[in-house]
Amino acid sequence: MTDTLQTTVPAPSLPQTTATRPRRLQSVWRRWRNPIGLVGVAIILATVVVALAAPVIAPYEPSSQAHKRLLPPGAPYLMGTDELGRDTFSRIVFGARVSLQVGALAVTIALVLGTSLGLLGGFYGGRLDDILMRVVDIMFAFPGLVLAIVIAGLLGPSRNNAMLAIGFVYAPAFARVVRGSVIAVMAEPYMESARVSGASDWRAIRLHVLPNVLAPLIVMVSVYLSQAILSEAALSFLGLGTQPPEPSWGGMLSAARAYMELSPWMAIFPGAAIMLIVLGFNFLGDGLRDVLDPRLRSL
Amino acid sequence: MLLLVPTLLGMSVFIFLMLRLLPGDVVDLMTAGQEQATDESKRKLREAFGLADPLPLQYIKWLLGLLRGDPGKSLRSGQPISEALGQALPITLELTLLAVLLATTLAIPLGVLSASRRDSKADFGGRVAGLIGLSIPSFWLATLTLLFTSVVFSWVPPVSWVSPTTDPLGNLEQMLLPAAALAVQLMAIEMRMTRTTMLEVLGQDYVRTARAKGATEQLVTYRHALRNALIPVISVIGFQIGTLMGGSAIIEVIFGLNGIGATLIQAIFNRDYPMVQAAALFLATVFVVINTSVDLLYGYLDPRIKHA
Repeated sequence: MTDTLQTTVPAPSLPQTTATRPRRLQSVWRRWRNPIGLVGVAIILATVVVALAAPVIAPYEPSSQAHKRLLPPGAPYLMGTDELGRDTFSRIVFGARVSLQVGALAVTIALVLGTSLGLLGGFYGGRLDDILMRVVDIMFAFPGLVLAIVIAGLLGPSRNNAMLAIGFVYAPAFARVVRGSVIAVMAEPYMESARVSGASDWRAIRLHVLPNVLAPLIVMVSVYLSQAILSEAALSFLGLGTQPPEPSWGGMLSAARAYMELSPWMAIFPGAAIMLIVLGFNFLGDGLRDVLDPRLRSL
Repeated sequence: MLLLVPTLLGMSVFIFLMLRLLPGDVVDLMTAGQEQATDESKRKLREAFGLADPLPLQYIKWLLGLLRGDPGKSLRSGQPISEALGQALPITLELTLLAVLLATTLAIPLGVLSASRRDSKADFGGRVAGLIGLSIPSFWLATLTLLFTSVVFSWVPPVSWVSPTTDPLGNLEQMLLPAAALAVQLMAIEMRMTRTTMLEVLGQDYVRTARAKGATEQLVTYRHALRNALIPVISVIGFQIGTLMGGSAIIEVIFGLNGIGATLIQAIFNRDYPMVQAAALFLATVFVVINTSVDLLYGYLDPRIKHA
């Protein structure tokens, strides 16, 4: 008797968006057969954890000079000590913070600046586009590192200036890629239909343009993160980036050159750290390209 | 080639404005820490450097000087800049060309091998090696190389540059290591590019046709595929030559070579602004000229691309 009274209320169907989101993500994961990309993710995550937990992981204060100088790697000092008696391992751990921070912020500057300029030029076209692209072409005419060296040098050697210089130098690359994708999208019939049905500029950009530039942008971000970290290390190595006593891998490598024959490990560890994180981002970029670039996927 | 003129002009304006508009006054920086520097003496210095003129006039004076082949004098040593850059050019040029030569002779065969044995262990190893090569900081590699040679062979780089015309062997001994350190990244780029374009070409109809006609695999790979696959690789090499000239700066500093890049970095530290201006413009000009030449060469190599 009781079960006849049971009212069967159909479960409300979930909104479409929540259902498609995980499915799309799943398909990305299914396509991700490239083990290289996964190794990259692992390296990056490990470095991020090290950077976040630096005070917990580092056995000593990175700037404490309370230890014996130029000790080889051994018991209490995992990577030895430097010319001022600082623990190299602790400095490498804290150096991860500088590297990731500068890399991430520099690429953010390039991404925001470049994407805005590319959108503006590609979407509105005309004179504005001409002028923007002329400037981008001129900036492209400089070897990137040379331009970064000049800008960082003129602004004055410091971590923030190196970051600005790197971000500024990479912006044109983002602008060019975004503009190219925008112009391709503008010719699509769905764009025409959006315009005809009265979509505002912002709505058209948000719904139709941005999703189409997302894939190339994701690959670019991962590639340029590796480049930005490498450039920060290069600038700091030359004395134009992060200044001592703040621990940066490029700066540590540069300081090590004077003591190379006495304690070669001082030059080995910071360089290996730079290589590892750059490798992580390059691996990730390689994996992403396989997943996101349909032209290369078929290869 | 005439189309280069507006680009070059734009570049000179860009460099000029960058040096003028970015914070940091030349004279203030030069006299920083000198207490006897009064406002009066600073004003005289500015006038002597021509910095008191309005910006457009300064630019036109500089441009006219450049057109006459006279980019001015170094603020630091008083040496004419054209002379300083003239001495530095052969070093950077040799370093760059040697690096391109080393990278290309190794990278292209490796890339072809990787592509023709796609998804084999060798291919996977090649891809990983390529990514590692892409990630090694050249300045770390250079430092390690120097460390190795000084400990094992007690070899340290000579203090001054040995010209290849006076002592070819001594020159090679001096330049081979820095060139090799510079070459690694380019090698990785070329190898990856060769692999990708080879794979693309090997999937083309004409390759299948060649195989169907009974051409040997070797003939297909080298005669039919490689020739076409190399075209984009050549353009990448051209583009990378400019990047290498910039990247060579840091290698020059490490090996104590007085090339263009090292001169530029030294000038930045010395606040020698006319020198910075001239060296940056010079590197950029070489970069643009090479890229344009590669574009033209591209049209010649690949008749499908027509230049207007």
